[in-house]
Amino acid sequence: MSMQTPTDAAAQAAADLPGGGTPHITAWRQIRQGLKSWPVMLALVVLAAIVFIALFAPLLGTVDPTLLNPGARLKQPFTDYFLGTDAFGRDVWSRVAYGARISLIAGLGAAVVSVALGLVIGVIAGWFRSLDGPIMRTMDAIMAIPGILLAIALVSVTGASITTVLVAITIPEIPRVVRLVRGQILSVRGEPYVEAALALGTPLPLLLWRHMVPSTIAPLTVQGTYVFASAMLTEAILSFLGAGIPPEIASWGNIMSEGRMYFRMLPGLILFPGLFLSLTVLSVNILGDALRDALDPKMVRRI
Amino acid sequence: MLAFVSRRLLATIPVLVMVAVVVFAILRFSPGDPAIIMAGDGATPERIVQIRQTMGLDQPVVKQFFIWGGKLLQGDLGTSLMSGVPVTKLIAQRLEPSLSLAVLTLVFTLLVAIPLGVLAAWRQGKLLDRAVMGFSVLGFSVPVFVTGYLLIWAFAIKLGWFNVQGYTPLEKGFWLFLHRIILPSLALSTVYVALIARITRTSVIEVMGEDFIRTARSKGLGETGVLLGHALRNAAVPIATVVGVGIALLISGVVVTESVFNIPGLGRLVVEAVLARDYPVIQGLTLFFAFVYVFINLVVDCAYTVFDPRIRY
Repeated sequence: MSMQTPTDAAAQAAADLPGGGTPHITAWRQIRQGLKSWPVMLALVVLAAIVFIALFAPLLGTVDPTLLNPGARLKQPFTDYFLGTDAFGRDVWSRVAYGARISLIAGLGAAVVSVALGLVIGVIAGWFRSLDGPIMRTMDAIMAIPGILLAIALVSVTGASITTVLVAITIPEIPRVVRLVRGQILSVRGEPYVEAALALGTPLPLLLWRHMVPSTIAPLTVQGTYVFASAMLTEAILSFLGAGIPPEIASWGNIMSEGRMYFRMLPGLILFPGLFLSLTVLSVNILGDALRDALDPKMVRRI
Repeated sequence: MLAFVSRRLLATIPVLVMVAVVVFAILRFSPGDPAIIMAGDGATPERIVQIRQTMGLDQPVVKQFFIWGGKLLQGDLGTSLMSGVPVTKLIAQRLEPSLSLAVLTLVFTLLVAIPLGVLAAWRQGKLLDRAVMGFSVLGFSVPVFVTGYLLIWAFAIKLGWFNVQGYTPLEKGFWLFLHRIILPSLALSTVYVALIARITRTSVIEVMGEDFIRTARSKGLGETGVLLGHALRNAAVPIATVVGVGIALLISGVVVTESVFNIPGLGRLVVEAVLARDYPVIQGLTLFFAFVYVFINLVVDCAYTVFDPRIRY
């Protein structure tokens, strides 16, 4: 394997097959090569910067993002206040910096939870044939409800808190993960190595975990990045519509939602957090596309 | 064909039933008493008891579902707690702006995205292709309300070409109507254009590797003929599929766009219902949108035979 060159397409193709070659080494090589283009590098830099801002928000010239200052309402940006102030005199830069935390938590949380739950449900649907029908019809039903509406409905009955919003943005993402995992399990369950493992009397949990789950890792990684991006957008949209994170918490969606009334006077109230949100989502999407091209999990779809 | 359509129609029934179960479960199994949630803050105990009785919440859960489902079958989506108006009537009142927005966006998207996708496939790897793909990633990443406000800022506030917000019904005159709905449609279409351009490009590139493309070229067919007559024609099925699936994006987008542009459609109705905690309206609209989505995808499935005569049912 160490002799393999990037041009050795046949070996690459063989390694792409589930269980063929030494997929881990090849995958890493492909990822490293895929990441060498300039858009990907730029995306990594932007993402690192956003994570840095979120982690070290208190040290970056910010004040308390909830601090009201009636004497300094609606100040223009790039004056005494870097990004201006909002209608309550709160510092917009501070709110944007702290808001990065909410967006990243929402994206990461939804990605991790939906991938984990989707993996479990997908393996069950793919292996136990009798459960396949009911599970997949449920997933079809969830997918038939447009994501934003499902999230709105969930938040409106449970009341807005960070946890309920996280749950509400995660649930619409689960069916796509389930479909992906189930498809993968169905395609490997007939493979000779699975039959061999079965014949050797491998216990079912071990069989699933060791022989079936690894084939889902590559597509799930890519799907995870798309969930990350889409969940950040959903969170911002929910907050923007007034059905998201409680308004007293600084999140990008909340800043934009409160800025709607003052858009003519201070477009920055919407455009600054909008810029941060778009750049973050863009970077995650570029990384996801690069990962997909490197790993080529054909089953991953954006929709 | 008729047999297929009826079979396909029957196959949507389980999905629709499951949608109803999911929507019902969201209300019924959420933490807290649905009657208290529906009554809202500051409701009197009498009001809560009244709601519990009118909704039949004192009945067993399964019975409740069948009562509710039976009303659904009769076209009863529930009644607004705020206005006391049936949800179906509210939908009828608010349908025109949303439908106009969605249809115009769809038309605009197809007119722009398919040529873009074909061009990108034709110039695969070249500058034009990378520009289209770059736009596509951007379209996925910039949320519709940011696009909307950017358009308002540039074309309505700075240039003064359009009204900032609002909606003019079609009956007031087509051009007036069109003038006011252009910006919202443009904002809403970015995501959809990104999606359709991408799938068009991928599908056309895939078809371009087929033997019959080589045959078409070798018989002397020009590049336009190959691209449109053979490649796009054969790429139509995956494109149609994604157009159908993308309706979910379009519906979500309508909800947001209407809020940005202050359009009194179904999306605004949802948001008003959320703010007023008018739960039957949220529930009814969620069901309505899901049914629309399922129905459109059914139509798309049936349209496959038109795009690809090899598909026989």
